[in-house]
Amino acid sequence: MSASREGIARRGYRLIMRSVRAHPVPHLLALVGALGFVVTTVGIAWLLGWITDNVIIADKAERTAPAVAAAMVVGISVASGISVLMRRWFLAMAELRTQRDWRRALLHRYLDLPMDFHRQRDPGELLAHADSDVNTATMVLKPLAFAVSVLVLVVVTMAVLLVAHPLLALIAVVVFPALAVISRIYTRMVEVPSAEVQRRVGEVSEVAHESFDGAVVVKTLGREPVEVERMRAASKRLRDERIRVGRMRATFEPAIDALPTVGAIALLLVGAWLVGRGAATPGDLVLAATLFSLLALPLFIVGFFLEEMPRSVVSLDRVDLVLQRPVPTPTPAGPRLLPEGPLDLEIEDLAVGYGSRLVLDGVSLQVRAGETLALVGATGSGKSTLLETVVGLNELSRGSIRLSGTELGRIDPDELHEAVALVFQEAFLFADSVVENVDLERGSAPEEVAASLTSAAAGAFVNALPEGDATVVGERGVTLSGGQRQRVALARALVRSPRLLMLDDATSAVDSVVESQILANLRRDLDTTVLVVAHRISTIELADRVAYLAGGRIVAAGTHDELLALDDYRSLVSAYEQAAVP
Amino acid sequence: MSDKPDTEVGRLRSSETPTGDGIGRDGARNGGAQDGSAEEEVQALRVLRRGIAMSRELRRGLPVIAAVGLFTAVGRLIVPVMVQLVLDHGVIGPEGYRPGLVLALSLAALGLVLVVAAASRFALIRLVRMAESAMLGLRVKAFEHIHRLSLATHSESRRGVLVARVTSDIEAMALFMQWGAMSWTINPVLILATLGVMLYYSWQLTLLVLALHLLLLPFLRWIQRRQIAAYARVRDRVADTMGHTSETVSAAAAIRAYGYRGAVRARLDRAVDRQYQAQMSAFKWWAAMLPVVDLVSSVALAAAIVAGVTWSEELGIGAGGLVAFVFLVRLLIRPISEIGEVFDTTQAALAAWWKVLGVLDTPVDVVEPARSEAESLPAGPLPVEVRGVAFSYRTGGPVLRGIDVHIPADADVAVVGETGSGKTTFVRLMARLADPSSGEVLIGGVDLRAVAPEARHRGIRMVPQDGFLFAATIEDNIRYGRPGATAADAEAAIGELGLRGWVDGLPAGIQTPVGQRGGRLSVGERQLVALARAQVADPGLLILDEATSAVDPETEEALAAAMAHLARGRTTVSVAHRLSTAERADLVLVFDDGRVVEQGRHIELVEARGVYARLHRSWVGNTRRAAPRGQEGHGRGLPAPGTVAS
Repeated sequence: MSASREGIARRGYRLIMRSVRAHPVPHLLALVGALGFVVTTVGIAWLLGWITDNVIIADKAERTAPAVAAAMVVGISVASGISVLMRRWFLAMAELRTQRDWRRALLHRYLDLPMDFHRQRDPGELLAHADSDVNTATMVLKPLAFAVSVLVLVVVTMAVLLVAHPLLALIAVVVFPALAVISRIYTRMVEVPSAEVQRRVGEVSEVAHESFDGAVVVKTLGREPVEVERMRAASKRLRDERIRVGRMRATFEPAIDALPTVGAIALLLVGAWLVGRGAATPGDLVLAATLFSLLALPLFIVGFFLEEMPRSVVSLDRVDLVLQRPVPTPTPAGPRLLPEGPLDLEIEDLAVGYGSRLVLDGVSLQVRAGETLALVGATGSGKSTLLETVVGLNELSRGSIRLSGTELGRIDPDELHEAVALVFQEAFLFADSVVENVDLERGSAPEEVAASLTSAAAGAFVNALPEGDATVVGERGVTLSGGQRQRVALARALVRSPRLLMLDDATSAVDSVVESQILANLRRDLDTTVLVVAHRISTIELADRVAYLAGGRIVAAGTHDELLALDDYRSLVSAYEQAAVP
Repeated sequence: MSDKPDTEVGRLRSSETPTGDGIGRDGARNGGAQDGSAEEEVQALRVLRRGIAMSRELRRGLPVIAAVGLFTAVGRLIVPVMVQLVLDHGVIGPEGYRPGLVLALSLAALGLVLVVAAASRFALIRLVRMAESAMLGLRVKAFEHIHRLSLATHSESRRGVLVARVTSDIEAMALFMQWGAMSWTINPVLILATLGVMLYYSWQLTLLVLALHLLLLPFLRWIQRRQIAAYARVRDRVADTMGHTSETVSAAAAIRAYGYRGAVRARLDRAVDRQYQAQMSAFKWWAAMLPVVDLVSSVALAAAIVAGVTWSEELGIGAGGLVAFVFLVRLLIRPISEIGEVFDTTQAALAAWWKVLGVLDTPVDVVEPARSEAESLPAGPLPVEVRGVAFSYRTGGPVLRGIDVHIPADADVAVVGETGSGKTTFVRLMARLADPSSGEVLIGGVDLRAVAPEARHRGIRMVPQDGFLFAATIEDNIRYGRPGATAADAEAAIGELGLRGWVDGLPAGIQTPVGQRGGRLSVGERQLVALARAQVADPGLLILDEATSAVDPETEEALAAAMAHLARGRTTVSVAHRLSTAERADLVLVFDDGRVVEQGRHIELVEARGVYARLHRSWVGNTRRAAPRGQEGHGRGLPAPGTVAS
């Protein structure tokens, strides 16, 4: 896909520059450290050559010469150690800070992109982006400073070799381009399989997330063996892809490893000839050989760097696919557009779809301020979608929604969230205290939270929790029953004193005694417009009017008694009556 | 801290407030930072021993790794040996420059380089295969174990953390396998070989160099302990970040509807920052180690030069010998620093391995019976006998107490009670999603704990309230209800439940993909599919835990009628808030605060004027004032009760 677009090297360069531009100081200091290391490395090689000629082979070395040599060796090593420390510390800093940046940007995107993005993406895949892809994308940064400093080492080596003898330098001239050619071939080969590996990592993560998410159902169906097979299949695909890349690496790595050795052998061959002719000293030869062997490790690191490049580049591509999605520009916090008091709601010819399927198609509905409207409809008729759209979760394919005369899209999100509250059918609680789950950073007073819990008929059981409303609930900690979760979620809406309250079958898991209690509380405590998805007659009768939804549009609206004239409506709402046992 | 294996069990069973994530050795908490003091110490060798013992692939691969190490080591030794040979015999030897010898040596070395490269290519491929297969085995094993853990353990764990254990942690190990494993085999061989050649030149100088390097050992051990503890914290922080990420993604709708972005963003930022800090603090050991090692090596080098020059006659080492020796000491530095280089990923991998082993060590609290002793269930409707059952989760008080219930075969039982009264827990025990803390549950006369899992899955089916669907088509999801179920079976289940009208109204009918978790269907529609999934299994005991709570009344009643018809030859237990279910039932069990306070038929209980009568009164008040009685109104393609062919 992206292979043909632009070369790996160019994309790799841009990846690196993104990190360097964001964190120039750590990168620079790491480079300084790396250069220091190069200088001291060459220094030691030179020193050893000097020691060979003047201390070891010299016929009449001074008595103090060995001690001086030792002191110089240790001195240069201390300098080398400091440079290594610098390089490593700042490299880690540059790499991890870049990781932190990209990870954070990604998670913010998850938070800011519209709901539609999450409907299309798999949670496991999103987890893999934030974890494995970001890690792999920054992998190329680890050997960066070292790799750059090696260029200096190469230049210095060339200079030293030139001074020793031009022929020796010529050998080096041949070795380095060979390295470049080999790695270029490798990078090209490995790009597509690398992208495939990252995709497979995401797939494994998807299977794991889905499977653990549905653990109850997996258990009740006895599907563990099937799920294990599914995981095994996904893991096998990942393994096979990794082995494919591994085979390429297995060719590349020994080649890179052998290159300096071949160079050194050539060096000795030529060097020995030169020494034999008296054109160079044995010391020159030792120095040249030492430099070449010293080059082996840096060359290996350059190899590593080039090896990581394709993997990092394709991982960053995956991350960028998310980062490049435009975040809807938030409506500028303009003047408040909504009036005080209960809001009225006007929906005109509304169509909403997921993908190509239109769930709502031509909904027109008016709810007057302060009115309670019951939304009645069969399973799958679009009730939930309608409520989600009013709270701003869905894109409108057609039509308009106005709150007290103002288009939904023009209202500042903060103002909207304050004015309109939707209680979902499935209560999601965060891994946090009951108070935080109700408050959701609104900054409510403790009394407000307590009052809303009481209104939602949750006061009693919350107080009975080990730490009262400070008890941590949600994903872990104390397990609440379905009905209890719904009541906490209801309190979440009530504490906001919304001016339009929408209940999406929000008490389906609550028993009827508690439900009547809640309904009575709502009637007493609230001055608001209410839109409620209703199944039970008691709820429907609470409503001033009823809207009957079928096939994605409002079939009829009016009082309950008026609607009873419709056969479909009557059979829907009187089903329990029909079923009654005398 | 004790390192007995049962500390984990102890912690898991403790009745204190939850301290971890339930599964494995998690330090990732919401609030408090971890200082490491309270953690169980990660013991590198123990992790290694257990990990290798567990993996057949690794045990088999060890010789391969050793072979790779040998080949590469030989390759790297070629140059120094060449230098020495060429210098001593070809250049500055007694015979002066000998071009023939130099050429011969060079060609031999070149040949050797090629052989080594080919051999290490072969061995590397084997190594990659072995390592990747080992990772595959470990990943699948951990995944399987997590599924074997009970629901209680699952509900105490965060989704993202569990995912981290089978993805991120394994990836950390894979990274080590790619970069670290080789170094550990090549470099010790190199070190030994170099030492061997050094011994040949001068054993005294070799001992001197060796002794100086041995000073490093306590230092390395000290740093290793800190490093591995630091990496254990990194794993915790990574898991924590994934936990928050998973929550953010799962709660996408609620977050958007309530504009709850600020706090979630702060939480995510904090998790990412803490992960960064943990990583930096692990890296500081890595950064500090090599310079220290390097310095010691240099001191050894300096000492060798001084001693070699000063006592060259006593040591019997000539100038050429000393040059070679100095070269060898320099050569020793590279493998040592390379080990230093991979020390870091090694510790990271060990810490990750430890976390994964921690998952595997988490005791399975619902233990399946041994295959030889496992019993099967009788065919047909299954009676249920609950004797003296009590249940409590690891945290919190008892959820069920003193439950004694007899459900005859073929009965239709309704379980009612206020939310939180223990109904769901009760029915979960019948499907063995957990085992009672005391007492026993007998199904078809057999203690449920002795029933073979296959028999249980075939005979007993529970439909939970949350109609979780897999990301597949409706048909696939229904077929998952029974191994071997065909497309025709799925169609039949739809027909039997009277759901044809609904299915036909969907864009692609039964082939409609349902999306992640079934997200493209409404909550009620998901429940319909879950019900069809149970129908296809045709169990002897069907347990419905508010399985139709989100379905509209008309569909629900039609379903109830269809199921009543189908229920001949099946015991059905339904948890329901809609008491129309109870009105029809043969037996009503009324739960209150973890006990069965009333049981009997609907009429008897209404007359008893107790808890049930109160619930029922309120139910009737809430639901029946609608229409004139006796209307026939099943107009939306749903078959009238009793007309469905089975």
